[in-house]
Amino acid sequence: MNFLALTTSTADWSAAAGVTLFYLFAALSVVSALSVAVSKNIVRAAVGLLMSLLGVAGLYFLLHAEFLAAVQLVVYAGGTLILIVFGIMLTSKSPFSHYEPKTREVVIAIGVGMVLLAAIVGAILSGPFAVVGVETEGYPITQLGQALLGDYLVPFELASVLLLAVMIGAAYLAKSRRRES
Amino acid sequence: MRALLFPQWDGLWVVLAWNALLVGVFVGIVSVVGMMSIWAERKLAGHMQSRLGPNRVGPVGLLQSLADGLKLMLKEDLIPQGADRLLFRLAPYLSFIPPFVALIVLPFGPQFVYESRLSVGLFWILAILSVEIMGVILAGWASNNKWSIYGAMREACQMVSYEIPLGLSIIVAVAAAGTLNLVELGHLQSGGLHTWLIFRNPFVFMAFFVYFVASLASNKRAPFDLPESESELVAGFHTEYSGMRFAFFFFAEYTAVFVVSAIQVALFLGGWNDPFGLLGQWYRHAAAAPRGMEIFWINVVAAAIFSAKTTLIVFVQMWLRWTLPRPRIDQVLYACVKVLLPMSCVLLLGGVLWEYFVPSRLGAPWFNYQPWNVYQWWKLAPGSLLTQGLLSLIGLGVVLWLTAAMLHAAITGRGLQKRLTDPEPLG
Amino acid sequence: MEIYLHHYLIVAAALFVCGLCTILVKRNAIGILLGVELILNAANVNLVAFNHFSHGGTLAAPRLDGQIFALFVIVLAAAEAAVALAIFLNFYNNFSTIDVERANNLKG
Repeated sequence: MNFLALTTSTADWSAAAGVTLFYLFAALSVVSALSVAVSKNIVRAAVGLLMSLLGVAGLYFLLHAEFLAAVQLVVYAGGTLILIVFGIMLTSKSPFSHYEPKTREVVIAIGVGMVLLAAIVGAILSGPFAVVGVETEGYPITQLGQALLGDYLVPFELASVLLLAVMIGAAYLAKSRRRES
Repeated sequence: MRALLFPQWDGLWVVLAWNALLVGVFVGIVSVVGMMSIWAERKLAGHMQSRLGPNRVGPVGLLQSLADGLKLMLKEDLIPQGADRLLFRLAPYLSFIPPFVALIVLPFGPQFVYESRLSVGLFWILAILSVEIMGVILAGWASNNKWSIYGAMREACQMVSYEIPLGLSIIVAVAAAGTLNLVELGHLQSGGLHTWLIFRNPFVFMAFFVYFVASLASNKRAPFDLPESESELVAGFHTEYSGMRFAFFFFAEYTAVFVVSAIQVALFLGGWNDPFGLLGQWYRHAAAAPRGMEIFWINVVAAAIFSAKTTLIVFVQMWLRWTLPRPRIDQVLYACVKVLLPMSCVLLLGGVLWEYFVPSRLGAPWFNYQPWNVYQWWKLAPGSLLTQGLLSLIGLGVVLWLTAAMLHAAITGRGLQKRLTDPEPLG
Repeated sequence: MEIYLHHYLIVAAALFVCGLCTILVKRNAIGILLGVELILNAANVNLVAFNHFSHGGTLAAPRLDGQIFALFVIVLAAAEAAVALAIFLNFYNNFSTIDVERANNLKG
């Protein structure tokens, strides 16, 4: 990219900034996901997942899905991940114990992963996906609220009933049984 | 702002330089807020405990924070032996970045916002403050110290539980306002004291206090400062941190206090507006034919008012810290789940029903309607006018009473200069 | 240079494969849960990317179906993580280990 030529027009450099940010967030997500798969310490894997979630939230911001990015940060990074880290702390005998997988399993896993990646990327590159984003001024929040309580009311209510069932079930399952059997 | 002040400069390098300047301003804000908060905390603590605070370094001890910063920079950087080195190093940054990033949407003035186009501004602050919890947990875990882990787990429980009343009370105010964008919220409250969101309906009035208590717990501020309870856990989750890493946690805490107080001011207490609506009227006249320098000065006055109100809320938080005792963790969670959560659910229901049944003035004052035209309000929306008038009178009465009490104490007590410099405590 | 749809799809595919490898390799049950979360995130990125690049609405009123789908996926992922952790805690209480290789009572 010719940076000096970009000093003249406003529109060009904002597109360049968008591209740079995309590669930054994409690299953050993928490298952190790799660290989740590779690291032997489970707490480091959880931190890798946190970084991956932050990268994905950045990608949502680039796709103009601002509300979804904020929901991802609140629910996933600030809720589910905290839950997972609590689970790690409650189920680990010593903070640094780790379990080694057998070498044969690792080789098979990497092989399957590579084959799947090649297949999916091949399918993507040979499909009609080299399109430019449709112009939007951003997705208005009011439209999201109206869709959730309008077209998608039944899934919304079902999701709340499901969350209630999950709360009751999880609380019952995790309760410590003091009865002698 | 840049387009208003320097319309003839454009291009990549200008934008980069401007953004670098703004980042410098934000770093300055964080540093000054941190330093002044630490000084104010120690002075307040001193005076509330009938002693002077720091008074050696600088005029009233004002340079004490600089001396503390110098000391922290020169300390030995220690990583405990069994600690996880990567996570130990990562935790202060994970704790510091969210409050710093939350500063980008704070509306210091109608144009003094770093990013004003974010349509979910308020929700973004809430979201990014949730990431801070992870920093605290990692700090406790990576220290390889059981007191740190206790502090971290208590902290995570408390912060995550108190996010629910926090979010619900914000929703009550947002339902009354109709927008999540902080700049628009500021414009909505520019007509005078009675247009401030806290006086919009009685449910928002109570939601302000629910939000205040929930924000105290969310910042691990007293009386909810179990994670760093000085008398129980040495220093809680940041026991093993020393030197600049500890300074990062301190900056993170005071910046988070500033950010949360700024949200309260922007959402409930009128943002950058004065109680008489003068700034709103000035802005309306200036916005008709915008000139760079006039808009700049409007924004400077607005930023001063905003910072003054935020400082007032921070002062109240510090006041509470040195006044109230500390509850246990089960009492803290009881207060959240059995008191604040049902209260905020009821307030949400009431607030939404109020917005549905009671007609009110919509739009920005001075632009869409005249906020001081009582006759028009009475004809169109008498219910909301009565409520807003009554609540504003109550709020004004409380503020006047507090001011009178403080003046009385200052006049009938010892003089201010004598009180600040006399080494003998009050008998 | 522009960012096309296939850039986002390739990122999602990479996340998916990393999640799959995590599920296959980890012996800690919570590690498997981390892999499942990665896979769900990959699916979400796909949904939101497709929504942005071809939503079929107009400039002023774009459609949000992909984002709403992704919202429900996030909600359900949180619910599923809660139940999974409750099950793992039960497993840990009964077998005093979180290693999934030891969950072989029904084997043979």
